[in-house]
Amino acid sequence: MLDAWQYLIAHPEKLAGWTLEHLWIIFVAIVIAVVLGVVIGVYISGRGKEHVADTILYLAEVAMTIPSMAIFGLLMLLLSSVGLKAIGFLPAVIALIIYGQLPILRNTYTALQGVDPAMIEAGRGMGMTEKQLLFKVRLPLAISVIMAGVRNAIVLIIGIAAIAAMIGAGGLGVPIFRGLRNARLDLIILGGVSVSILALLVDNFMGWVEWWVTPRGLKER
Amino acid sequence: MIKLDMVTKVYPDGTEAVKNVSFEIGQGELCVLLGPSGCGKTTTMKMINRLIPITGGTIYIDGVDTAKMDENALRRDIGYAIQQIGLFPNMTVGRNIETVPELKGWPENKRRQRGEELLKLMGMDSGEFIGKYPRELSGGQSQRVGVARALGGDPPILLMDEPFGAIDPITRVRLQDEFLKIQQTLKKTIIFVTHDIYEAIKLGDRIALMKEGELVQYDTPADLLYNPKNEFVENFVGADRALKGLQLIRVKDVVKASPPTVKSGEKTEIVRERMERAGINWLAVVNGDGNFLGGVGKADLGKGDSVGDVMSPSAETATANTVLNEVFSLMLSHGLDNLPIVDKDNRLQGVISFDTIRKALVELTQRGKTG
Amino acid sequence: MRHYVILISLLVLLLGLTVWITSLDWIKEGVYRPFAWGDIANCTKAHLEMVVIAELIAIAIGVPLGILVTRPVFRKLTTPIIGGANVGQSIPSLAVIAIMAPILGFGLQSAIVALVIYGLLPVLRNSYTGISNIDPAIVEAARGMGMSRRQIARKIELPLALPVIMTGIRVSTVITVGTAELAVLVGGAGLGRITLAGVYTMQPLTILQGAAPTAALAIILGFILARVEGGMTSRGLKVKAEMA
Ligand SMILES: Nc1ncnc2c1ncn2[C@@H]1O[C@H](COP(=O)(O)OP(=O)(O)O)[C@@H](O)[C@H]1O
Ligand SMILES: [Mg+2]
Repeated sequence: MLDAWQYLIAHPEKLAGWTLEHLWIIFVAIVIAVVLGVVIGVYISGRGKEHVADTILYLAEVAMTIPSMAIFGLLMLLLSSVGLKAIGFLPAVIALIIYGQLPILRNTYTALQGVDPAMIEAGRGMGMTEKQLLFKVRLPLAISVIMAGVRNAIVLIIGIAAIAAMIGAGGLGVPIFRGLRNARLDLIILGGVSVSILALLVDNFMGWVEWWVTPRGLKER
Repeated sequence: MIKLDMVTKVYPDGTEAVKNVSFEIGQGELCVLLGPSGCGKTTTMKMINRLIPITGGTIYIDGVDTAKMDENALRRDIGYAIQQIGLFPNMTVGRNIETVPELKGWPENKRRQRGEELLKLMGMDSGEFIGKYPRELSGGQSQRVGVARALGGDPPILLMDEPFGAIDPITRVRLQDEFLKIQQTLKKTIIFVTHDIYEAIKLGDRIALMKEGELVQYDTPADLLYNPKNEFVENFVGADRALKGLQLIRVKDVVKASPPTVKSGEKTEIVRERMERAGINWLAVVNGDGNFLGGVGKADLGKGDSVGDVMSPSAETATANTVLNEVFSLMLSHGLDNLPIVDKDNRLQGVISFDTIRKALVELTQRGKTG
Repeated sequence: MRHYVILISLLVLLLGLTVWITSLDWIKEGVYRPFAWGDIANCTKAHLEMVVIAELIAIAIGVPLGILVTRPVFRKLTTPIIGGANVGQSIPSLAVIAIMAPILGFGLQSAIVALVIYGLLPVLRNSYTGISNIDPAIVEAARGMGMSRRQIARKIELPLALPVIMTGIRVSTVITVGTAELAVLVGGAGLGRITLAGVYTMQPLTILQGAAPTAALAIILGFILARVEGGMTSRGLKVKAEMA
């Protein structure tokens, strides 16, 4: 613990660098994952899409059980076979997008399904178009559940991004792996503690965001 | 017999839910705990089967202090039915009803038999329902099973906390009627909690009216209606208490003599003569077996030759057990001056008129005032 | 039906990859060879053993603890333990594993302890939720009928909570299969060895030779446990309300 602290004092710029790398990759991934997840979630919640929805949701459920190393390996294989860079940022960010959009699309779908049909009926009765209904009624009512999905997704991919250091993606996984390979306990602790703190901070922050985006009338307190 | 003696409940947070309540419930009596929400009815009831520990005072059952009994043994001899029902979703209807018999260690075949018997008592087909699960039942069916389960171990005492509270009004009335009929044969000692004055008047032998943890009046429904102890009771009973009293009277209490009738084949002129001689202007029409067919008014007689041609068939009837307020509202909503009383085979038993109802009500109010 | 098609296609893909890679002569011509069938078999066995041991311990701790904190006597422990489990769940699995090295050193025990700790959380949480989400009216009815605490726990609470507890065990097992792959970093055994060799040489095929069978294992165990869950769920909880 003390060693880790000393290392941090001696090389603060290193920790800052790994943290920034980590944040950057999850930021890129989550932005794309949110767009993908919400779009797919909205799409499959439409009328007459029950079969598509069932397939995609089941696929998402099974995909969540696949350990990240398998996805990394598959992506590396695919990318190298089409002549793209098979290690580092690219496979890592794609894997994070895949994992990240699963909880988002699931929550988007559930939230939209959960909107009281009476409210939709009321909206229709007032002459709203399907698009107005989506943006003025269904999404605002679903937003806090969707944000809970985003929160799950971010916490999930912070962890997976740490593992992605194994395929050269950088971030806070780097000191962990370097430490584990060379039995440098200070690096292990520094990396392990930092990534945990990052996850907890982001989780709390997202909890606050979730509350903040919830429409006034739906807030619990 | 149940006796509450200076019973008090103070919750850990300081709420005084029940304050020095004393009253007695006789063997086979149905006692209703009535009062506004939060007045302490549920708390009082749950102290009887010790689901809520008593703070002060004593509750005796057949002279024995319940605090000295084994908690679980006590509860196995007190049936318990609540508004939320709380059927065990992992057990079939049969297993639910057999819960207490099983706890009491009854043999398998006796339990089975009891389950079937109780379903039948509740008017449910045991073959159809005994193997069903609670989630396959409608609200009314669940409530019936809840009552059946409370009766499972054949307890002498029954506690019921707003058991019909969460059911639609039509089903509720039906369940109340069925329940009254069952109670007439079972003669259990029952404590029945409700905040509905109509339900209390209809079901109760006695009513304990509570207010903010105190017992305000403990009386028969008639005395509660017509001899209110104070302003609170008067207000709770409501300004239309005279009308509420109609709940207390049944058709059989006021209609005695067998009514004059006409056959559908009789000639209208002869009937007109009979009506004029007897000074009435309405008669019930029956067939040769005494089955009720409809009614005929004096004004209609000119429209044809035989009674069958001019009578107006009527669908509205009452039975000897119908309470007068239902008779009254049937008459009002269908614009009838007379309502025929029939038995279950549709044989005419009598006729009740507005005037009969008025007289009965006057008598009831008088009785309240004098005694 | 559709679910089976998805499941089987995925398994065919993952196992097909494994077979194909293992049957190659070279991963990289003249440099790396694939692992042999014997290695795969041994590693799978070791992997399963590690997961089963860790999961059994996690269940042995998590289920009783989760149930215990629903009892009135232990009310004071509810918030710290369940709150702690919720916080713990957001800590990355890699961090939990890595931290074992400075605490317990490198070796199989470290790996298993890490897996137990991480696998414990869903089991603990679901055991707690399963019991505490039971409609209070059901428990009150049972008490009112004169069932003892033990009878209520055995006949009512446990059967009603069982499906939720089983879900926790399933989720935990699936997570543990994947986490076990990383546990080689602190001295664990199993398919992670093969994956790690691939990481060190940066050969996607070698990574997949370990990761693909791991994924297949996770999917298969998840499927089996889902079936067990269905089998253990009381019929009364599965029936759909026919009438409102
Ligand atoms: N567990 C409890 N702790 C504190 N106060 C309670 C508790 N249960 C009920 N009360 C209070 O005791 C009073 C009587 O409650 P209750 O017997 O449930 O009333 P009722 O059944 O007549 O509606 C109410 O003021 C209620 O808020
Ligand atoms: Mg109450």
